[in-house]
Amino acid sequence: MNNNPALSYQDVMARKNRIMKQAVGIDYDQFEQEGIAFDYEAMMKKAGYSLEEVRAIQEETNVGKTPLLELHNLTRLVRCHAEPGKGARIFIKDEACNPSGSFKARRASLSCYQAQKHGYKGVISATSGNYGAAVASQSAMRGLNCIVVQELFDSQDLSQPEIMEKGRACEAYGAEVVQLSVGPELFYKFLILLEETCYFNASLYTPFGIAGIETLGSELADQVRREVGKDPTAVLITHAGGGNVTGTARGLKKGGCDHTEVVGISVDLSGLHMASDRDFNRKSFTTGHTGFGVPFATWPDRADVPRNAARPLRYLDRYYTVTQGEVFYVTELLAQLEGLERGPAGNTSLAGAFAVAREMDREDVLVVQETEYTGAGKHPSPQLTFAGKMGITIKRGNPEDSVPGQSIIIPESPGQIKVKKVDLDNLKKSYLKKAAQEKGKEKLSPLEIEYLAAELKTSTGWIEDHYGKGEN
Amino acid sequence: MGEAKKDDWVQIFNVVLNPEERAPGLPPETAGVPLTMKVKGFLIDQAADIGDQVSIQTVTGRLVEGKLIAITPAYEIDYGRPQPELLKIGLEVRKLLREEGENIE
Repeated sequence: MNNNPALSYQDVMARKNRIMKQAVGIDYDQFEQEGIAFDYEAMMKKAGYSLEEVRAIQEETNVGKTPLLELHNLTRLVRCHAEPGKGARIFIKDEACNPSGSFKARRASLSCYQAQKHGYKGVISATSGNYGAAVASQSAMRGLNCIVVQELFDSQDLSQPEIMEKGRACEAYGAEVVQLSVGPELFYKFLILLEETCYFNASLYTPFGIAGIETLGSELADQVRREVGKDPTAVLITHAGGGNVTGTARGLKKGGCDHTEVVGISVDLSGLHMASDRDFNRKSFTTGHTGFGVPFATWPDRADVPRNAARPLRYLDRYYTVTQGEVFYVTELLAQLEGLERGPAGNTSLAGAFAVAREMDREDVLVVQETEYTGAGKHPSPQLTFAGKMGITIKRGNPEDSVPGQSIIIPESPGQIKVKKVDLDNLKKSYLKKAAQEKGKEKLSPLEIEYLAAELKTSTGWIEDHYGKGEN
Repeated sequence: MGEAKKDDWVQIFNVVLNPEERAPGLPPETAGVPLTMKVKGFLIDQAADIGDQVSIQTVTGRLVEGKLIAITPAYEIDYGRPQPELLKIGLEVRKLLREEGENIE
């Protein structure tokens, strides 16, 4: 409620670019080329840091160098339901060992370093995820103030237990937590706070937020080679805003893994509206789901910075969804068979691994590239207890029959874990449709065609064949 | 007088945007309710009761005004109830590995 007209929604949003320029210290205009094209690699190089620099910065705050664990029992379990000769070895990168309990420490490390180096008094982050605790923890180490803006409760004052826990963690690391009800205007409040405090915007989508994850990919490549003497066959990555996929894939490439398949996995929340006050508490996953995964893949520049450094369609070879019930099930398997109690959201790609490994050869190596910490609220039992209170049906059965927002179906057997393929060509066509809207009636220039081919990991011929056609 | 005293750790509440001030294009169930905010900090007022308009200082030093809604607010998170749908999973897969696991090494 604002009596000051300069703080109305429209006025603040109109100042967005100016506020952001001050708050991230990057002049994005220098990377613009023509029309819709910009020089992505130049941005990553000039505004970011090299892999060696990132390693040194992360070493200062104890980020990374997490163990790679082979999941012997889960591999055996996969093979119980695989054809003879099938069932890849499954490894997991135990990212829960990072200071704040998730790989997000990698993303936060560079932003906080950058903020400190350039004399900002503090950092702000808009996130309901593990990233908040990561920014808070890294800020604590660098003596910076920290504000985390969370979307937490609905109009009935009901909150997701998982997000409540993340807020508690932020406070434990000394951060101020601004908690909001459901709605995309969180971004508006975020802009007001940036303007008020002049803090650094620790966005998930700057070159810093992405370069910080590259070490995950390169470490993983080194560890797999040391362990099994070859490159990983496939790396499974939980996909939401696109940073995890982008950073890990870039790190794998820098680590020389040219043939490793990059596979994205999201929790299927189709049918639920991300800005809905009603749907908000009828989902049990607050990130790693299709509500972010699809829109951010098909138009990355919807982020809180002018040019998003997370551009997943440049890197994805395959993309699958899994159900909420399957993720809770594998979270239980990881605890019961491997003795690793980890948070459910971080196990999204592990659920996918179960189905993907089944189709791969026994000699193949599949790596699940993250785990996250678990705790009160952020654990299958409180999350399902809450889902039950919200009227969600929870039962055992075939997870294929589940409906997001209505039911969560826990598999009756590991053989029931399946992945559902998302057709990347369809996502690429959606991207082109949005690009065509941006361009209006103008034709693409040769440089724009090349840009789009790189953006969508395809040929210039494919772009020419599909741009402005049919379903576009 | 005053359930809360100066310097107590409290939580305040504010309406950030009334329904008519909200962003365009929201689903009706969101557009029809205000965007609200909760923030915690140390109470600046000498004394206050729940429901009073107060000022706080947050841990970053910001001064924020709002309606007092909680004094030393609890972390209301727990491990919930053990879920019947999860309780037998461990037993099932261990049995499966015992029975079939030997043949698949």
